[in-house]
This record gives sequence, structure tokens and C-alpha cells, in this order.
Amino acid sequence: MTLKRYVATRLITMFGVLMITLLITIALVGSNMDNILKQGVVFQVRSEITENPAIAESFSSVNEFESFVQSQIDQRIKTLGLYEPWYSPQRIGFTMYKILFLDFGHATFLTSDSGSSDVKEIILEKLPRTVLLFTTATIIISVIGIFLGALSGSKAGSVIDRITSSFAIISSSFPVWWIGMLMIFVFSFVYQIFPARATPLIPSSDPNYIISLLYHMTLPLITIVMIGFGSWAYLVRNFIVGIMQEDFIIAKKTMGVNQKKIVYTHALKNAAPPIVTILALSLSGSLGGAIITEAVFDWPGMGRLYFEAITVMDLPVIIGATYILTVFFLISIFVADLLYGYFDPRVRTE
Amino acid sequence: MSNITPQEIKEEFFKSKIGIAGISILVILIFTSITVVVVTPVDTFKEWNDPVKWIAYPKVAIPVWINLFLSEKIPEHRILDTPNINYEISRDISVTSHQFGVNFDYDDFPNDFIYEFSAKYSGTPLLQIDVIRPDGIQLRLLSSSMPYSNSNSIHSERIFSTDDIIKKNLNLQSNKFLFSSSNLSSEDIIFSKTEKHEPLKGNYVFLIKMYNSNSENQIPESRLIIGGKAFGVMGTDELRRDLAVGLLWGTPLALFIGLVVAIASVLMGLLYGVYAGYRGKKTDEAMMRFNDVIYALPALPFLIILSVTISNSIFVMVGFLMLFGWVGIAKVARSMSLQIKIRGYVEAAKMMGQKDSKIVFRHILPQLLPYAFASIAISVPAAITTEAGLSFLGLGDPSFPTWGQILHDANTYGASARGLWWWIMPPGIMIAITGLAFVFIGNALDSIVNPKLKR
Repeated sequence: MTLKRYVATRLITMFGVLMITLLITIALVGSNMDNILKQGVVFQVRSEITENPAIAESFSSVNEFESFVQSQIDQRIKTLGLYEPWYSPQRIGFTMYKILFLDFGHATFLTSDSGSSDVKEIILEKLPRTVLLFTTATIIISVIGIFLGALSGSKAGSVIDRITSSFAIISSSFPVWWIGMLMIFVFSFVYQIFPARATPLIPSSDPNYIISLLYHMTLPLITIVMIGFGSWAYLVRNFIVGIMQEDFIIAKKTMGVNQKKIVYTHALKNAAPPIVTILALSLSGSLGGAIITEAVFDWPGMGRLYFEAITVMDLPVIIGATYILTVFFLISIFVADLLYGYFDPRVRTE
Repeated sequence: MSNITPQEIKEEFFKSKIGIAGISILVILIFTSITVVVVTPVDTFKEWNDPVKWIAYPKVAIPVWINLFLSEKIPEHRILDTPNINYEISRDISVTSHQFGVNFDYDDFPNDFIYEFSAKYSGTPLLQIDVIRPDGIQLRLLSSSMPYSNSNSIHSERIFSTDDIIKKNLNLQSNKFLFSSSNLSSEDIIFSKTEKHEPLKGNYVFLIKMYNSNSENQIPESRLIIGGKAFGVMGTDELRRDLAVGLLWGTPLALFIGLVVAIASVLMGLLYGVYAGYRGKKTDEAMMRFNDVIYALPALPFLIILSVTISNSIFVMVGFLMLFGWVGIAKVARSMSLQIKIRGYVEAAKMMGQKDSKIVFRHILPQLLPYAFASIAISVPAAITTEAGLSFLGLGDPSFPTWGQILHDANTYGASARGLWWWIMPPGIMIAITGLAFVFIGNALDSIVNPKLKR
């Protein structure tokens, strides 16, 4: 298989997955969405009529008035295409077409900090904050993880190796959000160093906003890094241990090449494909897997937006956020695949 | 992949220290679960959300054992329901008396006290409540007649320390105290030294007497609650629930969720992967594409949408967790079966005309079993933490007291910012311990199955 064909098949699969995800999301929330839209129409019609008392006065009986209102509602529903059920091919097609080009419509309840209810604007406002917190954390985690992993992998069985491995195993069984609660307890209740809520109190237009945001970010960042780097180190360590037993490394050793050089150039280079793959996946995972952590720290990012949207059943936001998260996830899987192919030529020639 | 017999795995496993550690933790957890399920009535976990059951308990009380480490002892919450009962008839008057002894040995005043009773009488009996303090002073708290009833009826009542009548009675006796007691609550007066406003330690006796002119005169239910700030082994939460009960019930629930999800998804993944790998060609291609699709679905957002739109019952949730659990295992199982199916004995079996199903079940699957056990052990913690996470977001099944549910309540009531550590620490530690047990077992198995990692 040539590289072009490899890329092309991957791309097609990814697009298919994206469509299926969208379809499933719409299928799950569709019937609710329908009701909400129809209620919205009824509400709109009624409020328009109450705003204009002349219409109501022109009717003699209540029944006549009600039938007029009903006909208005029916007409509005027909023009909006809501008379067909949500699962009719036309409507699903139309909805998916709109979503595909990032037209998510307006949120039912939620607004952005600047007051806009356009779902795209809300998401664009929250996404950078999630990137700021979680992508920073992931990068710090991977750097610490790779070095610690290489160090302990090259000295398998040593004290450092044992400490790293046991720390990795223990830290991976604690839920991050629980550690978050403990950190809030320790650092904002016992020692009042950091705020318990990570949302800055000053408005985002204030010039000090960035500083305040960074200060509020410290506690969640420490927590995520503390819990995350152990399993990274353990993973890298396992790759390195495997590679250190390969013949070419042993040959290098007998030739008398510096141990450090062997580990950091030859061994790490060979461990690169899986490491890069995992890095790409965890970078994108960092965007969506943060729902619970953001809820604990009250960090105003994508995760909390998603959680808020779920609690009030704000369907346009749910669909929009799911779509964005899926797109990022798929892109990173794709990038990971390509990088894997780049680092490990065997994938392509298979 | 190597060919290890089950016997060898067993021997190797019991040689590894962390394997034994994992197994021992697991045995303790299973033992706890069985004890909880067998000893406590099944209905108790349904009472978890029933406020009536917890009304006698204190709000956010610290665990009692904390007093061992403190020089200033925190008053313990006491629920006294076994009084000394006396019954006397002299001439026309019958007297039922209930006596509660309290050893009060703390450095702070109690929060309040409540006397709960239901009496069976006819006529208008007189109810008197007195306290005899360690220094011999007797304080009359209440002396009032009960509502009239002409037939033998049951009357239930709660007398609170905050009742005006008690305060009034205490004010009448304020000359026994050297400080001004007018602004103090009644428990602060009763449990105070006479010369200074400080708690008086020692044995207190609460004496409840019911006088009646005829002989039918009983108090079938009688309970004195001295409200304190410490209660039970694990303390209580904002809704007065005993956290020990929730934590204990959480154990079987967590094990159930973790094991069912892990076993089912590993089995599904194994069968799926092995079948795809064994059949090869188009079937393999199609099955792996489907696998890719599921793999690419963002699991947590979908779990959230599913639990909101379909059902948040714990059993349905287990099903959803399985849906996302089998994918990774299927991938590995497929590549393993690709390797096995070209081995000589599989080819031979094929040549002999054995059925495909038989080849898969007899020759390929058994080879994957060690790997399967390791992956079951490794997937359990993930299942438990995912369920805990969903419950923590408030999307879990509220009728079951899982650890995630307890943490959700803790977070809702701002437990970490209020410093209620006994509400936050134990559930998380339980989640981690359960997870660790399986991670230990999984690691021990893993290093046997993949000897390369061991060195």
C-alpha cells in the first residue's frame, strides 16, 4: 500500500466515523430536540400575540381565538419543516449538513461570558481555556514522563525504577477529580494559598484577567500533572526495558558506548512510534476527558460547558460540543496514525 | 506470547509479592461485601435516601475516634434508647419513670438534646423531666400535663432543648448559677459549671416521670438524643447519613460494577477479535472498521448523553460501560489470533475438517486465556473509576450509595472548601484501594504473560 492510499483510506474512515458519531448523537437527543423546538414555536407565537392586544380583541369567542393561535402555530411549524418527525431523512440530512459546517444554532439556556447565545461563539470562548490548562498539563506530563521513564527503564530494578513504578501504579488508581477535591481541601481550606473555585472573578475584558486566570489555573495544573506523569513514566519505562534487551543495544553496550547516549538517542528513538502515538491521543483526550476535572475545579472550559449543557439539557450545545470533541479526537487519531507510519515504515509496507 | 500452563501461572503468581498483596486486598473486600450483603437487611441501602431514617443522627459530625488525638474532646452524639424503667403505684397515683445516664466527658457543650417518646395512657397524665448533674444539683426542665384522652390512646411527641418551656423553667432556676444565663441555650446551661460558663464533666442522669391517676400508663418508646459534633466510625454527612453505612454498601456495588463490566467486555472483545482474526480477509476488514468506529467515539461524552437520555439505572450503566470496554481488547486478541492460526496444530485441525467454532474454542481461545485474565484485572479499576466519575457528575443511579455518589453529595455541599475531610477521604481511598487490588493482580499476571517486562 502506498502512502497516498494509506492516507486516503484513513481519511475516509475518519469521515465515516464522524458522520456516525453525529448520527448517534442526533438520534439520542433528537426526540427531545423536537419537543423543545415545537415548544419554542408555541411560546413565540403566543408572546407575539400577547404583545399585540389588537389581535386578541378582534375575536368574539375564546374558541375562535384558540383556533386562530393553533393555525398560526401549525403554519409556523410547517414553514420550519418541523411537521416531519426528527428522524425523517430530510431533516436529519439538513441538521447534519448544518452541523458539518459548524452551524450549531443558538443555545437554549447557556450563554458565553460576553452574553452571546450562539453555540459556536460559546465554544470558541471556552476552548482556548481548556487548551491552556489541559494541553499545558499534558505537555508537562509527557516531558517529565519521558525522562523519568527513560531513566528508570535504563536502570530496570533499581531504586528509582521501583519508586517510579510503584508511584505510577498507585497514582493511576486514584481518580484525578478526587485528588482535586483533596487539593482544594489542603490548599484552599487548610492553607489558604489558592482559590477553591478556578473561575476568575474579574470580567474577561480586564487587563489583569490573564494573570488572574493563570493564578486560578495553578491548583488544577499541579493536580493533573501530579496524577498524570506516573503512568506516562511507567509506559515509557516498559518500552525502554523492552528495547534495552534488543541485540543492537547490547552490541552498543559491548562496544563501550556511553550508557546515557544509548538510552537517550538509540533506545528513545526506537520507542518513539508508540510514545508519539500516545502523546497525540492524550493531547486530544485532554480536550474532552476533562469534564469531571473541570467540574471539580470549576474551570470555565469545554468540560464544564459540556457538563452544564447536560444538566440543563441544552441540546444545541451538547451536539456542538460533542461534534467539536469528536473532530479533535479524530484528527489526533489520524495524526497519530500518520506519525506512526512515518516513524515505523513497517506499517506502510505491510 | 508464550505457552504457559495454568499450573505454572499459579506458581509464578504466588511467588510475586504484589500479586499476593492484590489477592489479599481483594479477599478482604469480597469478605466485607459478603458480610454487608448477608448481615445487613437488603432494605437498608434503600433507606439511604430516606431522610426520616436519619433524623436522629447529627449533621456533618466528625468521626468519634478523632477524640483520641485531641486534647479538647469533641462531644459525641449519643442516641440513648435503653432507659432504666421503674413503675410504681401508690394509692391512686401510678408513676412510670425512665432514667437515662450520660457520661459527659467532653470539653465542649452538646449541640442540643431531644427527648422522643410515645406514651400510652388515658386521662391527662403529668410529664416531668429532670436532670441530676454530677455536682448533685437537680434541674427541673419540664413539668406539664399531656393532652387529654378519654380512651387508652397513644401519643407521640418530641421535646426539643430549644422549646421555650424548657428555657423558661431554667430561667426560674438561674439563681443556682453565678453567671448570667439569660442569653444561653438550655443545653449550655444544663451542662455548665455553676461558677463559670464551662462544660461540667461527669455523669448526668435524665429522669423522665409520668404521673397518672389511673394505672394504665406506659411509655413504650422512649429515646433521648444528646446532640454532639462527633458520631460513629466514619462520621455523618450534611443529610445526617451515617457514612459508614454508605461506605460499606459501596463495596459490593463497586465490585459488582467493576467485575461485571471487566469480565463481559473482555469476553466480548476476545470473541470478536479472535473471530475476526481467524476468519481473515473481508470479514476481518469489515469487523475491524466497525471496531475503529467504536474506538473513535468519545467515550465519556457518550456515556453522559446515554445516561441522561436513556436511563441512569446502575444496570443500564453497566451495559453502557461494556459497549466502550471491549474495543482495545478486540484489537489485541485479533493480532494474537492472526499469529496462532498459522501455527501447525491449527492448520492440522483445519485439514482434519474440524468445525471453525471448535477450532476457535479448543485451540485458539485457550491460548489467550492468560492475557484475558490480565486484561480483566486491569480493566476493573477503569470501570470503577468511570462509574464513580459519572456518579460524581450526578448522572449515576441515586438509589444506590456508591462511592461516587457519596463524593457527588460531598461536592454539592462544598465539603472540600468547608474542610469536611471525613466526607471526602474515605470514599476516594476505597476507590483507590479496590483499584489497586486489581492493578496489583493484573501487573503480577502481566509480568508472567509478558516475561520481557519483568527483568
